[in-house]
Amino acid sequence: MGGIQKKKYERGSATNYITRNRARKKLMLSLPDFRRLCILKGIYPHEPKHKKKVNKGSTAPRTFYLLKDIRFLLHEPIVSKFREYKIFVRKLRRAYGKTEWSAVERLKENKPAYKLDHIVKERYPTFIDALRDIDDALCMCFLFSTFARTGKCHVQTIQLCRRLTVEWMNYVIASRALRKVFLSIKGIYYQAEVMGQLITWLVPYQFSHDHPTDVDYRVMATFTELYTTLLGFVNFRLYQSLNLVYPPKLDSKAESELKEVEEEDYAMNSESHTEKLSALSSSLARVVSSEEEEEAKLDQFPDEEEDMEKMEAREKEQKQLETQKKIFEGLKFFINREVPRESLAFVIRCFGGQVSWDKSVCIGSTYDVTDETITHQIVDRPNVDKQYMNRYYIQPQWVYDCVNTKMRLPVEDYFLGVTLPPHLSPFVEEKEGDYVPPEKLKIMALQRGEKPAQQQDEEEDEEEEEEEEEDENEEEEDDEEEAEEKNLKKMEEQRSQGKSLQVKVTPGKVKAENRARLEQEEKAEEKRLAIMMMKKKEKYLYDKIMFGKKRQVREANKLAAKRKAHDDAEKAKKKKARK
Amino acid sequence: MEASRGNVQKAEQRAGMKKTEKTNKKRSKQDEEEEEEEDQLFNLNNKSLEEDEDLSDSEESVYSGLEDSGSDPDEEEEEGEDGGSDDDDEDEEDEQDQNEKSTVKKSKKKEGGDEEKEVKKEDEYDHDTSDEEDIRNTVGNIPMEWYKDFPHVGYDLDGKKIFKPIRNKDELDDFLDKMENPDYWKTVHDKKTASDIVLSEEQIELVNRLQKGQFGDVNFNEYEPTVEFFSNDVMIHPVTNRPADKRSFIPSLIEKEKVSKLVHAIKMGWIKPRRVQDDSRGRFYDLWANEDSSILAKHKMHLPAPKIPLPGHEESYNPPPEFMFTDEEKALWEQQDPSDRKLPFIPKKYPSLRQVPAFSRFIHERFERCLDLYLCPRQRKMRVNVNPEDLIPKLPKPKDLQPFPTTQALVYRGHSGLVRSISVSPSGQWLVSGSDDGSVRLWEVCSSRCLKTVQVGGAVKSVAWNPNPSLCLVAVTVDSAVLILSPALADKQVISASERLLSAQQEEGPSEGPQPVVWSEMEGEELNQGIRLKIQHPKPVHQVTWHSKGDYLASVMPDHSSHMQVFIHQLSRRRSQNPFRRNKGLVQAVSFHPIRPYFFVATQRSVRIYNLVKQEMTKKLQANSKWISSIAVHSGGDHVICGSYDCRLSWFDLDLSTKPYKMLRHHKKAVRSVAYHRGYPLFASASDDGSVIVCHGTVYNDLLQNPLIVPVKVLRGHVITHDLGVLDVTFHPTQPWVFSSGADATIRLFT
Repeated sequence: MGGIQKKKYERGSATNYITRNRARKKLMLSLPDFRRLCILKGIYPHEPKHKKKVNKGSTAPRTFYLLKDIRFLLHEPIVSKFREYKIFVRKLRRAYGKTEWSAVERLKENKPAYKLDHIVKERYPTFIDALRDIDDALCMCFLFSTFARTGKCHVQTIQLCRRLTVEWMNYVIASRALRKVFLSIKGIYYQAEVMGQLITWLVPYQFSHDHPTDVDYRVMATFTELYTTLLGFVNFRLYQSLNLVYPPKLDSKAESELKEVEEEDYAMNSESHTEKLSALSSSLARVVSSEEEEEAKLDQFPDEEEDMEKMEAREKEQKQLETQKKIFEGLKFFINREVPRESLAFVIRCFGGQVSWDKSVCIGSTYDVTDETITHQIVDRPNVDKQYMNRYYIQPQWVYDCVNTKMRLPVEDYFLGVTLPPHLSPFVEEKEGDYVPPEKLKIMALQRGEKPAQQQDEEEDEEEEEEEEEDENEEEEDDEEEAEEKNLKKMEEQRSQGKSLQVKVTPGKVKAENRARLEQEEKAEEKRLAIMMMKKKEKYLYDKIMFGKKRQVREANKLAAKRKAHDDAEKAKKKKARK
Repeated sequence: MEASRGNVQKAEQRAGMKKTEKTNKKRSKQDEEEEEEEDQLFNLNNKSLEEDEDLSDSEESVYSGLEDSGSDPDEEEEEGEDGGSDDDDEDEEDEQDQNEKSTVKKSKKKEGGDEEKEVKKEDEYDHDTSDEEDIRNTVGNIPMEWYKDFPHVGYDLDGKKIFKPIRNKDELDDFLDKMENPDYWKTVHDKKTASDIVLSEEQIELVNRLQKGQFGDVNFNEYEPTVEFFSNDVMIHPVTNRPADKRSFIPSLIEKEKVSKLVHAIKMGWIKPRRVQDDSRGRFYDLWANEDSSILAKHKMHLPAPKIPLPGHEESYNPPPEFMFTDEEKALWEQQDPSDRKLPFIPKKYPSLRQVPAFSRFIHERFERCLDLYLCPRQRKMRVNVNPEDLIPKLPKPKDLQPFPTTQALVYRGHSGLVRSISVSPSGQWLVSGSDDGSVRLWEVCSSRCLKTVQVGGAVKSVAWNPNPSLCLVAVTVDSAVLILSPALADKQVISASERLLSAQQEEGPSEGPQPVVWSEMEGEELNQGIRLKIQHPKPVHQVTWHSKGDYLASVMPDHSSHMQVFIHQLSRRRSQNPFRRNKGLVQAVSFHPIRPYFFVATQRSVRIYNLVKQEMTKKLQANSKWISSIAVHSGGDHVICGSYDCRLSWFDLDLSTKPYKMLRHHKKAVRSVAYHRGYPLFASASDDGSVIVCHGTVYNDLLQNPLIVPVKVLRGHVITHDLGVLDVTFHPTQPWVFSSGADATIRLFT
């Protein structure tokens, strides 16, 4: 035969992958540096299809990277920066060891620094890509901006994160991009629609963190490094798109107003600027003096009928959006001190409301409690000593629920000391067959413009009763049928056993044949027969799907049963209380 | 010594010349540096003189030491003192040196006369203020008890003994002294010289002052206002008037070395010039000003990380009550491994927003997300969004495939044991059934009437009606015998024809040799019941089946070990033969081909087809099942179905392949029996799950069109008893009816 002998693992998938350790050696980087590089460049391991082949016959658990990826990393300028930094650290340590303080100083002045701009550009070639991936960046920056300025990471990082998040929030306010808010036990979820991208981020509640020990902060810091760069550029671009000045400045009008009020209270001028920005209470300065932008109307192309329908739907949606954006327009809120100020100010301002707070809480309050024009005061305590007649005292959940339902909800359910209605997640979109909590049904009815809640309650009760009756009726029918069958069976048995046959002719009842039911049964049987004829593979798939569906139904039923039990218990309690 | 002197000097100077004070102080403060001393040596001579004036002052001062004054009382002392004066000289010289040194520090004041100094010099030797040691006694600083027993207390400078006073004072003397001597309180005993010293008034004063912690010098004013040495006023004169050093003119070698080192390091690039502060970091600009799509091509393979799933109702701080955990759910949640949990947290409800605490795992979750982002292999998973309805094959509607049995029409009751086997007469009017209760019953199909019961005295495994319509015979297997029954349920012609057949063989003589199968005629009671012939087999017979002509019948005796498993009997000649010489496996069932001389033998796994004329095997069908239970051949002879105990039914087309064309897994339990309809394209299978499934099976003449095999009806009715459901199934010869017999001792007719 001849020819060169083929060797194993010299072609095919074995040559496409590289283990982590070998990649590290190829790049001549330490493991932490390699990790940092992977984080910054967004390189992730790959799972080969045939692990044993790639692993050269061994089955040891290894992480594999694509060789292409690693080759790509070889040309990264930041790798050399990492090496430089390593050398710098070595030199610094040496200088310290020799107590050559001048050398230490000199070295420190020449500390190598690197920029991530090109990496951001490379990873996100278009702006939309960057926006799509900004969820994690926002979450991380919001988390880091809540860190105390001690220990865990550099103060500059924290400050930068804070600055960027404030900029982001200001942008969202200016563009009125917020869509949904959700108060969860973890924190507050916000969802905004920026340039057609839905962006969700989570902000922790304002508490100091209990720093866990089993978390590697270096990894988080590396991510934050990248994310701050990304977020900065995104912010810049977004501000540019709205003709806003970047770095943000307050509107000159607003600024002068603020100055009058508070110049005395807050001495540090340098700090007060950022503080005022983060107060979120006034609008930002624009590059071009803003006349209300003409809203681009959707052009209509009445081409086909189907399209018309779609168009109508879209228009309707657009309208809804417009109204949602103006939910709080014309309302004046006052935030009590026990309420999370930043979140509420952000949400209210996003939907066109005016907001203020006590002067001692934060800089940037625009009016006082005593202002007569305040329409809503947000309070989160059982009662308030001094109440004004012409305003509503409501709990903070009202604001969030209004945003989620895209309408102003009746305030009665949210008054002081009232048990709040459940706060539902706006992110859940129930499909057919899913469990829908009754509160959601109520809200949906409200959205459709139906009657207020109380009457409906009564109706529901009635309906329930009716339903029960119907059920009973059905059951009776069933019972009748069963009884008949039993009789027949008995007769049959008696007949067959040949015992003294009661020869007796009873007038037969005409069984009203339920056509529809018969048809249904027929169809069901057809289906059953067809299922019997399925191929083995398809049958397996079908069974799996059906199993999943059944489980869903079961879960929904379980939730419904739980709710029913709960409601019944509540009713019983109420009745007892009445008696 | 010097320190004390310094002190004294200070006090002195303060009292005296205020002008020089500044310099003096500075001197005293500074530590003498050797070099400077050397430098100044040249003007030592004149200066030392001047300074001595100071010294003399100090000697004059009241603070002059106790020893000095104590020198007066004793003569011997004076002796010593005289002697001591000599060595004081040397001492003095030393001192002189020291003084000279100290003068160096002093400012250059020019006053002071020489005469004065000389006077002082003499004084000096008398009163030595040194507190180093008492030089009148040379024994040194030793405990004086050592001289307790000697007459002397030591030696003076000349080496002569210093004697103790002659009379030692005893206690009494001491006491008397105390009482009488008015100076006793100021008398001090000097052990070194063994003499008593009476302190002078000044000395007592000094002691008192020191005891009070005051300065020894009465004249010293400790509260004098301080005068700053360096003040903010610019003085006309420099602090020091020292001429500049030479080294300030010439370049420093050390510095040169250092500089050259630095220069070298810069040349070599070891030291880099200070970088310009780069503040472009953290300054943002429009990064995406020119978006070029060239980079996009690189990112084809890049998978963006999946987003975090959005929270549901249960994560709300105030969820609807049904989302809260019950106690059991909570306990379950706590028991579960964190990876198994459906929710990573327990839903909680807070009455108001202010009561919501911090989420303790917030940082953890973020960190885990980070790990996922850079450690998790990403894979594009094609999610098949299959509509389950699409998976269901489109079958022709059963309605279009009618006729087939749909409803249970009749139940034939009468047997008391499970009915193993049934068979229908070729006319379709009668039904025979064999049961475990040891009886064979004959039924009228239309009326479900039992016409006749034949007790055969054993469990009936199989019954078979002769398919020849001109005969009326039934074969029944009881234990190891096959009985031929003549039920006489036909018109006379048929009965006579069958009689003829039964009696025809009598002419045949018994064959030679011992036969494994014995034919015998029945008599008496059994003959009255209609049992005509008995074919005795060596082993229990399980199945019997007729050839379509009605002359031959085959019986099966499953046995692992012998080749005698199948016998083919010829009724007209009362002859039996074993067609196989070799055992090819446990025979389960046999069947004749309806038209051609073929014989089907189903063993456990396969079906063999033998050509009876050529006496060879023509085909072997692989049933692809574990254990075949039954076999049925289509009336055309082209198709065979096999039921098996592993719930399958395999459908063979003999023209196509030896593998089953279709495997049907319709039944949940073992298939007991299968049957073909003679006329209609129907076949049925009976199973232990209590159901009979009727299938439609059409084979088209057009070879390109696939045969259509569709289940059309599931017939239920039999009750499962002892895990057995339907045991036998058979079709009506002309009507689309199906009979089934079950373990519940009934036979049912479905029409």
